[in-house]
Amino acid sequence: MAERAPPLVEVRDLARGFDVSRPWLSRVIERLPLQVLRAVDGVSFAIARGRTFSLVGELGSGKSTVARLIVGLYAPTRGTVAFDGSDFGTLSRAQQRPMRRRMQMIFQDPYASLNPRWRVGAIIAEPLRAHRLVAGRRARRRRVDALLLQVGLAPPDADKYPHEFSGGQRQRISIARALASQPEFLICDEPTSALDVSVQAQILNLMKDLQRQLGLTYLFISHNLAVVSHMSDEVGVMYLGRIVEHAPAARLFARPRHPYTRLLLDTVPDLSLSGIERVPVAGEMPNPIDPPPGCAFHPRCPHADARCRQERPELRPAGDGTLAACHAVAEGRIS
Amino acid sequence: MTTNPDANRAPLLQVERLRVEFATRRGRLVAVDDVSFALAPGEVLGVVGESGAGKSLTGAAIIGLLEPPGHIAAGRILLDGKRIDDLPPEALRRIRGAKIGAVFQDPLTSLNPLYTVGRQLTETIETHLDLTRAQARARALELLREVGIPAAERRIDHYPHQFSGGMRQRVVIALALCANPRLIVADEPTTALDVSIQAQIIALLKRLCRIHDTAVMLITHDMGVIAETADRVAVMYAGRIVEIGGVADVILRPRHPYTIGLMGSIPRIGQTGARLAQIEGSMPRLTEIPRGCAFNPRCPQVFERCRSERPELLAVGGSRAACWLHAASPAAARNEIGAGGG
Repeated sequence: MAERAPPLVEVRDLARGFDVSRPWLSRVIERLPLQVLRAVDGVSFAIARGRTFSLVGELGSGKSTVARLIVGLYAPTRGTVAFDGSDFGTLSRAQQRPMRRRMQMIFQDPYASLNPRWRVGAIIAEPLRAHRLVAGRRARRRRVDALLLQVGLAPPDADKYPHEFSGGQRQRISIARALASQPEFLICDEPTSALDVSVQAQILNLMKDLQRQLGLTYLFISHNLAVVSHMSDEVGVMYLGRIVEHAPAARLFARPRHPYTRLLLDTVPDLSLSGIERVPVAGEMPNPIDPPPGCAFHPRCPHADARCRQERPELRPAGDGTLAACHAVAEGRIS
Repeated sequence: MTTNPDANRAPLLQVERLRVEFATRRGRLVAVDDVSFALAPGEVLGVVGESGAGKSLTGAAIIGLLEPPGHIAAGRILLDGKRIDDLPPEALRRIRGAKIGAVFQDPLTSLNPLYTVGRQLTETIETHLDLTRAQARARALELLREVGIPAAERRIDHYPHQFSGGMRQRVVIALALCANPRLIVADEPTTALDVSIQAQIIALLKRLCRIHDTAVMLITHDMGVIAETADRVAVMYAGRIVEIGGVADVILRPRHPYTIGLMGSIPRIGQTGARLAQIEGSMPRLTEIPRGCAFNPRCPQVFERCRSERPELLAVGGSRAACWLHAASPAAARNEIGAGGG
């Protein structure tokens, strides 16, 4: 991965905690401490222009929180997000605005992310109005028509309401809205998880076509490893708020290093019916409010030793462009 | 109509020409249309399809939990050779508890939040088996251990909210197994769970059903789950079975153009960069099911007959597919007559 050009998006040591303490009064009466859930804890990555970086992980791994931190729906408690060389933390809201136009988000649930009382045309034109990009109703309508065609819908669809569309068509509307402000960077948070597989294929193909035509950069978030393998150039595997392995996609799926990545890959059902019985890994993700000391994965890890239980491993190069946060990999205890 | 040529034992469950309709103000909607299949004791049948294909309604019809205005409009359902689709509610309720267990997608809706899991298990066991309270509790404890709940003797007195999603689904499976049922209808049992937990639950279901010789009708949208679990697969589209056969036949050698498209649209690890095969359009609404083969407007191999005449399941290779392509060859036509599937 020779990336000489500066990255379009760079995230450094990003962290976000959420206060999940009991209400003040019960805390005082029961003498309970403040409790902070570290949803994201020290995440760093960079995405080169025109590439797709994916974050994969299970429920509660913090991947969606990273997405929301980047678009500014949450403020980070620590760390920086830089877009095209400028750090958001150092910019005023007014200075951020033109940058925000250049990044858009696509959400998982196309039923919840479109206003049911607005016509599709108004939904897609909203970014045009908000950022004052296209003046005049007729010009806006022309732009909306072009966007609808671009995502595989028809101009007359602009006069309909979201409920008249299927889930896949609604996701196309979400994509048209995201493209309205001509962004360079799209953050896609589980964009196909609510869709049937045949519809998912349509949306994934559309996203790839758009990336090629418009030179888009994607941050793709999913729990589905096969989808991630299909879409990504690079992948970060998250576990309890941290990236535990970061590698080029082909490398990650051919030779996973971190025991958690191996576990995840083992859970992918085998459609070639090779007849190999999978060994399901015992245990579940621990409570993120009270993560285990040392490596957060050690209670489920078959290779854990005393060091893993005490000392948290940092991401270190593990050869061939892979970074892994694992003592066993670093010490050469596992290949 | 012989629906299960592989089964050498008498079928446990027979579904014959099942038709589920919804009465609406704008007329009757046919949600399940002429569905027939059989399940042998201990067999796992996967029923796969996309939203709206009618797979969950087929399952609900079998366990007698169709919600009005949905109702069985035609066909028969037989368990151990006896009809269960026309029983009065009370008789059906007894059969449902004792012979058919149910596992649904969301474990929280299957459990009563106000009772401990122990109480729910014990009550179900007492209702269906002739045991004392103490014996029932002992059996409940045994079941919880069997489904892999750690520290079961302590957990038995906990409430559903004190369990994680994966553990809750284990409790639901224990509940479904309470009365040693012959059949479990599992509707998307792993869909709400994380991937690593999914694998655990699938392995558990498989193991328990093998031990207890329980047949499973596994309803899911996930071909991967089917590949891991099922002996046979039925693929549903717009209320009908379009293909049914052994799991290897259907997954590795799909015959119906819909199944072929479906398999091609599943992304696989290692195929970075390639375009996914795409089925154009989407499944028709119940109000607009096309004439002839319901798949014909989306089918890349459509021809005249598909637009006018509805195909029945025709034998092809090891499986059967409802597609006129397979009537074209003389061999297939002969099989069709031989199987009497016309």
